[in-house]
Amino acid sequence: MPYTEATLQLLSVDGVLVESDRTEQHRALVDALSEQQLRDFYREMVVTRRFDIESGNLQRQGQLALWVPSLGQEGAQVGSAFATREQDTIFPSYREHAIARIRGVDPVAILALLRGHTHGGWNPNDSRFRLYTIVLSSQALHAVGYAMGTAMEGKSGTGDVATDEATIVYFGDGASSEGDANEALVFAQSYQSPIVFFLQNNQYAISVPVVRQSRSPLYQRGEGFGIESYQIDGNDVLISYAVTKLALDDARSGKGPRFIEAQTYRLGAHTTSDDPTKYRDSAEEEMWKTRDPIARFDKFLRAKGAQDAFFADVKQEGEDLAADVRRRLLEHTPPTIDAMFDHVYTDEHPLMIAQKAWLVDYEASFGGDR
Amino acid sequence: MTENLSLAKAINRGLQRAMQDNDRVLLMGEDIGTLGGVFRVTEGLKNEFGENRVLDTPLAESGIVGTAIGLAMRGFRPVCEIQFDGFVYPAFDQIVSQLAKLTSRHQGDQSFPIVIRIPYGGHIGAIEHHQESPESYFTHTSGLRVVSPATPNDGYHMIQQAIQSNDPVIFFEPKARYWPKSDVDTDGTSAPLHQSRVVRTGTDVTVVGHGAMVAMLLDAAEVAAGEGISLEVVDLRSLSPIDYDPILLSVEKTGRLVVAQEAPGGTSLGSEIAATVAERAFYYLEAPVMRVSGFDVPFPPAHLESLFLPDVDRILDAVDRARGY
Repeated sequence: MPYTEATLQLLSVDGVLVESDRTEQHRALVDALSEQQLRDFYREMVVTRRFDIESGNLQRQGQLALWVPSLGQEGAQVGSAFATREQDTIFPSYREHAIARIRGVDPVAILALLRGHTHGGWNPNDSRFRLYTIVLSSQALHAVGYAMGTAMEGKSGTGDVATDEATIVYFGDGASSEGDANEALVFAQSYQSPIVFFLQNNQYAISVPVVRQSRSPLYQRGEGFGIESYQIDGNDVLISYAVTKLALDDARSGKGPRFIEAQTYRLGAHTTSDDPTKYRDSAEEEMWKTRDPIARFDKFLRAKGAQDAFFADVKQEGEDLAADVRRRLLEHTPPTIDAMFDHVYTDEHPLMIAQKAWLVDYEASFGGDR
Repeated sequence: MTENLSLAKAINRGLQRAMQDNDRVLLMGEDIGTLGGVFRVTEGLKNEFGENRVLDTPLAESGIVGTAIGLAMRGFRPVCEIQFDGFVYPAFDQIVSQLAKLTSRHQGDQSFPIVIRIPYGGHIGAIEHHQESPESYFTHTSGLRVVSPATPNDGYHMIQQAIQSNDPVIFFEPKARYWPKSDVDTDGTSAPLHQSRVVRTGTDVTVVGHGAMVAMLLDAAEVAAGEGISLEVVDLRSLSPIDYDPILLSVEKTGRLVVAQEAPGGTSLGSEIAATVAERAFYYLEAPVMRVSGFDVPFPPAHLESLFLPDVDRILDAVDRARGY
């Protein structure tokens, strides 16, 4: 299956650290992590999965129009998110819920988007976690432009990794075929922009298997553009952390863009409107469950001495979050007419003023009977 | 100071001025740096401002607009050049699905002050994809502002106003008018970016157009005057939003309106103006609003362009039909 000889891995599917010459640098980064940091990795994966399940329930109960699960992809997301530095900017696709949470975005803001209250939901200038982008790979070009600007401002490549900025953009195996993904790679390499392309290969673009997007491993796409590229076990949170951290530091140091293909699997559906039984068999799903990022990290932490109380505590945190987001979602204020007209333009616009005034008057003419 | 400049040179000077005034303004496009652009509109600017502010980009229109969006998120004010009208479509998704919607998606948290310059229109005898008038695709898209200067003076001032706008502006440059020179007041100010303007007063029929069509309408007015017919000419200048007041005031006076454009007539800017004037000035109209436009066919090979494009005679034919009611 998709793990190849090129696939970098630190934590085996059995939760045991793997020795390899190719991962010495990565191992050193992981060895430097504190017990608390390792536990945070676990906590974020588990709590986000619980949030994910609760969100699916909310959709089934008619409280969300749609849900986009990240189930199974927590390792790739949590590891790479913890690899970012505070000054880094993240351009997500639309399934990066774990990363959003780690960067301080309120999970209810994500649910508000899927409840039909907003197309955005949070201020990206607060979190440096940009808004979700629905059209595949559009954000790859935005991210490259942002990174080009970083370099122009001299905010990268000064040699101080503590302050130099980098950008990371998330996209997927399906999105890799879009023209914008390829143009983004051209611009990034041409301008040697401080950016990391993080491709979560979850094996399917809704129903179409990755082999339809590419006959060769996707990390070779990056190499084809002359970009240093890696393939990692995306369900290994430790390698995701270490490879992304080195790639971001290379990028911020002015060494040019980097490309990471994380081999992972969407254990759930593409969205709640999808039915995976129509295009993949249960044997494949069962096989990927054995590679689950949380299960193997659970074993790893227990072997390091984590006690039941810790795991119970994390589980409770997930339950608390689920209850909290459910409560706050149901209380979330729906948008008004203002939201439709007020921010189409930044500067005053006569048509927006006229059409909004007309609609307000029209609605008022019913005297509240509508 | 008043200088005698071509439209191409006037826009060049406007860009230069905007870049001097604000170091966050930068130019991006194909062949715009060392070459100065295929129409030389950006000539000399790379030498003056350097390659970090005048970017010879890879040849990818979606890439140009998409990266401009990212630069705007960082606080830059990018001015993108699309080399020819017919080359804008590879960037259409980034313009329509991203740029136009991003301000609303951010609900006030982020502005997108990006200008997209597009040389447009016919009369230059060029090959396919080099003579089109795609304005309506953009005027139909909320979130964008769309303007088109008809004179060097407007070119100089409107490009600076477009760059100062905090919203995305599609800036259509009539390439047929790139070369004729006229006076540019480089000290003075100009009318607001989104104001239309009466450029010749008259009493019998109002004729409205933008870009290269304005000079054509003025020629038609001259010919008509020789025949004793008085045309009032309105230069739209702004295609979105449209400033209707000067048009409506004029129609109240003349009772007749002809809308002229190079673009095909169906579902077009001219259709929109005709519908709006019919709604808002119905009792003043003595005749239906007439449209003069290109035909609803792909822009033809250069040998046929004079048959496709409206000319003085086609405008006067419409004037006659309007006067026939």
